[in-house]
Amino acid sequence: MIEFHLDSRSGVSPYLQIVQQVRQALRLGLLRQGDQLPTVKEVVGQLAINPNTVLKAYRELEHEGLASARPGVGTFITGSLGGQSLAAHGPLRQALQRWIVKARRAGLDDESIEALFRDSFRSAAEEDIA
Amino acid sequence: MIAFSWRQFRTQGLIGAAGLVLLGLILLLTGPNLVHVYDTALAQCRASGGSASACNNPVISTDSKLQVLVLALVLIVPVLIGMFWGAPLVARELETGTFRLAWTQSVSRLRWLAVKLGLVGLASAAVAGLLSLMATWWFSPIDKVNANRFGAAAFGVHGFVPAAYALFAFALGATTGLLFRRTLPAMAVTLVGYIVARFVVAYSVRPHFMAPVTKAFTLNPNAGWGITDSGSGIQVSTDPPDLSNALIVSNTIVNKKGQTPSASFLHTACPGVPGVSGPPPSPVGGHTGAVPAPGGGQQAFQQCVNAVSARFHQVVTYQPASRFWTFQTYETLLFVLVSLALAGLCAWWVCHRLS
Amino acid sequence: MSWVLDAQGLGKRYGRRWALRDCDLQIPSGHVVGLVGPNGAGKTTLMHLAVGLLTPSAGGIEVLGRPPAADPAQLSRVGFVAQDTPTYARLSVEDHLRFGAQMNPGWDDASARDRIAELDLDADQKAGSLSGGQRAQLALTVAVAKRPELLVLDEPVASLDPLARREFLQSLMEFVADGAVSVVLSSHVVADLERVCDYLVVLVDSRVQVAGEVDDLLATHRRLIGPRRDAGSLPAGQDVIEESHTDRQSTMLVRCDGPVLDPAWTVEELSLEDIVLAYMGNAATARRAHRKLEVFS
Repeated sequence: MIEFHLDSRSGVSPYLQIVQQVRQALRLGLLRQGDQLPTVKEVVGQLAINPNTVLKAYRELEHEGLASARPGVGTFITGSLGGQSLAAHGPLRQALQRWIVKARRAGLDDESIEALFRDSFRSAAEEDIA
Repeated sequence: MIAFSWRQFRTQGLIGAAGLVLLGLILLLTGPNLVHVYDTALAQCRASGGSASACNNPVISTDSKLQVLVLALVLIVPVLIGMFWGAPLVARELETGTFRLAWTQSVSRLRWLAVKLGLVGLASAAVAGLLSLMATWWFSPIDKVNANRFGAAAFGVHGFVPAAYALFAFALGATTGLLFRRTLPAMAVTLVGYIVARFVVAYSVRPHFMAPVTKAFTLNPNAGWGITDSGSGIQVSTDPPDLSNALIVSNTIVNKKGQTPSASFLHTACPGVPGVSGPPPSPVGGHTGAVPAPGGGQQAFQQCVNAVSARFHQVVTYQPASRFWTFQTYETLLFVLVSLALAGLCAWWVCHRLS
Repeated sequence: MSWVLDAQGLGKRYGRRWALRDCDLQIPSGHVVGLVGPNGAGKTTLMHLAVGLLTPSAGGIEVLGRPPAADPAQLSRVGFVAQDTPTYARLSVEDHLRFGAQMNPGWDDASARDRIAELDLDADQKAGSLSGGQRAQLALTVAVAKRPELLVLDEPVASLDPLARREFLQSLMEFVADGAVSVVLSSHVVADLERVCDYLVVLVDSRVQVAGEVDDLLATHRRLIGPRRDAGSLPAGQDVIEESHTDRQSTMLVRCDGPVLDPAWTVEELSLEDIVLAYMGNAATARRAHRKLEVFS
């Protein structure tokens, strides 16, 4: 069974942190298909957060096809992240390095490159969810 | 709610009950002896022709310390109940903030108050009533000898009226506790208020529960007399006649026309008595015993008394002994009604003014 | 949408001083509502009005659709824990459970005893000798075991150490997860509220400054940093809550209906604490200005 933790300083909203932790656990093989996620009551009893936050996270996981809720029983992992990550890493890394070179040529310093990346990443993440 | 009120009151209630049981045992153990002294020693004394005071002495002096204790208990227990059971009843909850816990459960404030007042009020009346009845039973030989239970002081420590006193003291305590929101000031005010109320009722109200009986008696030259010179003239007074267990309201010395002895009459009839002619040598007062005049003053005093007795008689207004239990009932009703009024005030205050 | 609390022009006065004034507040059901504000702002007064310990001096209030404390049925729908969690010091934990059972027809004794067992409380221990955290948990148990629809908590964790505070909030959230219940709790520690609340009400100087869903507040408030500008020059739909200026730079905290498109601004997101502080600071500034006016008029 997975155990969640909350980083109150990370700037990432709590429900997203839960989603990310589930994805990370799937990536590392700590969670497998058929595993049950902790009940909402268990999570809030441990983290002292609003139950709606957990519900929101579990709904998001359902929406992404990673989990599904069985009424009266619990929420279970149904999907996986497996293959899609490792294979795509190579080409993605190269594309990213080309972009960084372009940015440097345009005159951006390190901090500006990081800030630009972070802002774009965040607004893309929000658009995804919307 | 009743069970919880009892839980809150439990310690105090058990102390009260334990005290009652303890005293009851003591009275039970010593009572028969008092009766025995009365039956045997007193009867023998009277049979052999002893004076009243000498014969009464054995009964009056048996267990005299216990007598004082019992009387003191019947006198103070009602006001102690008011201070220790009544004052903290609501005040403590207001002081500690627990009323915010009690008034947000599913019980209305009125019901909460009614149960608390009812339970502890009944306990108060029961404890004081039982105490008083036990004491009255134990005191009966002494009462037969003293024959003074209707007197202002004795009335309140006999019979069942102390139950009503305790109920009143409790209601007064609860009300002041509620109004002041603090236990200690409420206890102080309850004590003072209780004393004032008892005094006022005993001396100004009780004698007038029923229209008193008025009767004329001849004066007895051998009784206790007193001649005083107050600011408004010379007063002559004497002990009332022997009306056992009656409540004397007033007694005056008057002639057939209803006039008290005039100054001129006294000057003529009582020439040698200090205070009548010339300035009084020493303060003279009281009803009992002769004036402490030196030497021949005694004879002059007696002459004066004889002269007054010949011309005047005594008019006494009193409540007959037979009315004792009626008066107990009236006074009980009075204090019970006041207690109910106070309870009503509490209810109104709790429901409408504590918001 | 049903309101769990509906206050219209609500006010409470003690003598000449208004503890709460012109309070217009509609709180939707099914939320954990944080009531935040400085001491003396009127939080306790509002809560006492909501549970029927006080009656209004002005305006009106309805809780779960009815006047507070209207009758025993209404009283059983609302659970309350007052500030400093009053308990009967001389009575034991067991006595308190019996108290709850006798005073509330809807008392769930089994769940109350389960909670006491989980909390490791000694049933015979007198409440006065419990630690602050344990007393708070006992008071919470008594309030929730009667199965209320609304739970009102007045600064329940204010005087608790961090561990006791965390444990209390864990217990509270478990209770919320269990069933359909609304919670209103007050605090002046915003960090606690941020984890636990999904609706926020800011009360300053006995008036409501802002009220809304936490997600909504976080989404609509932004910090704008840019070259020196007048607050009036902002387009409609952008309300300035707080502003500060140097000779070259302006920093403004705004509430906006839509995205900020002016490229001159650097737009930053805010934490809930930033937003609360801004509203509290705004009220303080207004109070100081009002006082200055009073001095000169």
